[in-house]
Amino acid sequence: MPHDVWIPPVHRDLTHGVERVAVDGSTIGAVIEALDAQFPGLAARLTDGDRLRPGIAAAVNGVVASRGLRQKLTDASEIHFVPAMAGG
Amino acid sequence: MTSSQYKVIGSRPLRPDGVDKVTGRAVYGADVKLPGMLHGKILRSPHAHARIVSIDVSAAQALPGVRAVVTARELPSVGDTVTDLGESVVNLRYMSNNILAHDKVLYHGHAIAAVAADNPHIAEEAARLIKVTYEVLPHVLDGRAAMAANAPILLPDLRTNELGKQGSSQTNVAEHIRHQRGDLAAGFAAADVIVEREFHTATVHQGYVEPHAAVALWNEDDQILVWCSTQGSFGVQEQMAELLQVPPSRVVVTPTEIGGGFGGKNSVYLEPVAALLSRKAGHRPVKMTMTRAEVLFGTGPTSGSYIRVKMGATRDGTLTAAEAEMIYEAGAFPGSPVGAGCGVLFGPYKLENVQVDGYDVVVNRPKSAAYRAPGGTNAAFAAEAVVDELTEKLGIDPIAFRLHNAVREGDRRADGPELPRIGFIETLEAARDHAHYSAPLPGKQRGRGVAAGFWFNWGGKSSASASVNADGTVNLVEGSTDIGGSRASLAMQLAETLGIPYADIRPQVVGTAGVGYNEGTYGSRTTFSTGWAVYELGKKILDEMRQRAATHWDVPVDGVTVQDGTFAHNGDSMSFRELAGQLEVPVSVSASVFPSGFGPSFAVHIVDVEVDVETGKVEILRYTAVQDVGKAIHPAYVEGQLQGGAAQGVGWALNEEYVYDDKGRLVNASLLDYRMPTALDLPMIDTVLVEVANPGHPYGVRGVGEVPIVPPAAALANAIYQATGVRMTELPMSPARVSAALLAAAVPA
Repeated sequence: MPHDVWIPPVHRDLTHGVERVAVDGSTIGAVIEALDAQFPGLAARLTDGDRLRPGIAAAVNGVVASRGLRQKLTDASEIHFVPAMAGG
Repeated sequence: MTSSQYKVIGSRPLRPDGVDKVTGRAVYGADVKLPGMLHGKILRSPHAHARIVSIDVSAAQALPGVRAVVTARELPSVGDTVTDLGESVVNLRYMSNNILAHDKVLYHGHAIAAVAADNPHIAEEAARLIKVTYEVLPHVLDGRAAMAANAPILLPDLRTNELGKQGSSQTNVAEHIRHQRGDLAAGFAAADVIVEREFHTATVHQGYVEPHAAVALWNEDDQILVWCSTQGSFGVQEQMAELLQVPPSRVVVTPTEIGGGFGGKNSVYLEPVAALLSRKAGHRPVKMTMTRAEVLFGTGPTSGSYIRVKMGATRDGTLTAAEAEMIYEAGAFPGSPVGAGCGVLFGPYKLENVQVDGYDVVVNRPKSAAYRAPGGTNAAFAAEAVVDELTEKLGIDPIAFRLHNAVREGDRRADGPELPRIGFIETLEAARDHAHYSAPLPGKQRGRGVAAGFWFNWGGKSSASASVNADGTVNLVEGSTDIGGSRASLAMQLAETLGIPYADIRPQVVGTAGVGYNEGTYGSRTTFSTGWAVYELGKKILDEMRQRAATHWDVPVDGVTVQDGTFAHNGDSMSFRELAGQLEVPVSVSASVFPSGFGPSFAVHIVDVEVDVETGKVEILRYTAVQDVGKAIHPAYVEGQLQGGAAQGVGWALNEEYVYDDKGRLVNASLLDYRMPTALDLPMIDTVLVEVANPGHPYGVRGVGEVPIVPPAAALANAIYQATGVRMTELPMSPARVSAALLAAAVPA
């Protein structure tokens, strides 16, 4: 069940310019672990301990994941890491 | 569910808080009075950038009637912790530094020390007696200048963050964001027409009517009680706990009524200072209120910006590529809305080849705060003007061009994710078909402009509780500050769910001690997210009431039906009110939600202007705001949101700006000189509500409050061009600036 993970442009220095990566994982956290195994350093940029870094959100199939790294992924999903924002 | 099935939703009942507000009985922040209360005042920096060499408070402390003086020394060390505090990501050390300056002042008006005294006059006099010795440093006000290699550095420890990737050298660039998809060079190579322009927008304030006000009591048992005007009591609790290094459970926040916030009343300014003064003054309550000048000096405006936009299209009007650079001034500490601006910029358009670079840059201005669709107005001003110029060069009607390129469900945003069901096409069609768009506009120097806008909206965490009264009414207890009529919109959703009249719901807003966790009233989230919580409450009440009805009739609960507020079983029936009167065990429920299905909003504005070529004054002749509102729960309040957003956008576009002298001092900190529009400046703003239900909400709600401020500046700039032939690329388009532009272009009077 590989997910379609879009690498943020500022982190493509770690993926040798690759924009999209197919990786497995049952949660966002597991997906980041799998990414980090292929492209060391990605986890350090995206996570802070057991959570996504403040200011970073994961969007799964266009929907912001409310559970962060623990967000479950039941089907093959499209995943983006985007700046978190709320509004005024 | 279709709109025809609703009995309450879509109606226009009176607001529950209306009588108190029009009779002056409503309690706002400055109305709170407690026994033994002291009054606090802040001393603010006269310099834009200076090192604090020493602070001597002895003369202030010696003044009769003075009970406490505090400086940043009284603030606990909070370390370099970056955390999500509801509305935005903050570095707590910077936030503490903004509350009371640590070792440097970073903007004119930066708070340095505070005094509590028996009355406000003594406190003010004592504040003036505090002697501060400064070493004045070079300052920088402009974002691009602050990025230069030789610019004064504001925060020596600041390093550029790129979505978690940290820079290694000193800088004023706090953050760099990049969205990039496709092949930009190929996209521009395929274009028949390319337009590239640069834009500037000024620093502007939210302009809420009610200045900041707070009362704090640090009790002998270390409970901290706060009453304040805020968009979110739980956000105040979190910030207080972090800044004062106390457990959140020790902080109880009670929100008063609020006289506007628009994003500017999420951050704390006075509350921690009042608490410190209270503790030092022997645990007496301390009230602090800002003057209008203090609001402008010391609270968050939204960012001024520089934006460069380049877009290309083929002869048939298809956009082929878009590129932008956005530099937003964060103020003295990181946190401009450039991230949102990067998303809003090309939000309305389907683009396969796109790149946006955004920079969050610290400058010697007040720390920016959220302002209604933060960053969106700046962005749309730039992109929509370039789109307008493309349509002109291609000879295509502006709305037809937008329809041709408009995003639909499944298209990607610039930052990648696909869009859910949205109503941009329907909104554009409604604008195109509106009588305003095709009405004749005769006369010299008159023009019609149109612009579109996008906003993400937000969901967030909400809680609410409810109990059924013996007379059949229902108490609704919620924690979302009511800024735009949310008591009504939430009560209506509960009434609809229960099948009882709106008048039978008694909503009240309580503080952190009275309800489960709620994010603040921001991000156009309350009617959506707290509405979800209220919908869940309604379902829980009906489940419990069905159980009670089954017990009453001594039948299995499965045999009891409920419809339109009537419970029935095998020929027996009871109304909600009749059943409520016979409850042996009370019914009370609570619900907490974190819904993610908030749907984005789109707006299209049309405006007619007449430009006085001699004075440069822009008069608005007609204004129409068209918007996809999902489902309008209370249409009158939704229309009010559209009108309010447009009115603020007009002020931002035509008059408002922070003006500084050559020493970096703000010189227009009053409403005489900081010119906001009045009723005399605005025509009736007509509204068109387009209802494309949001599938992520049981009643189709999508946020409505923010997107209406996104298009106005762009629509006005496009109208001014139609009237004069001059493209305005700098906000505000004030008489002086328009006049200068017309002179430069030799436009005849």
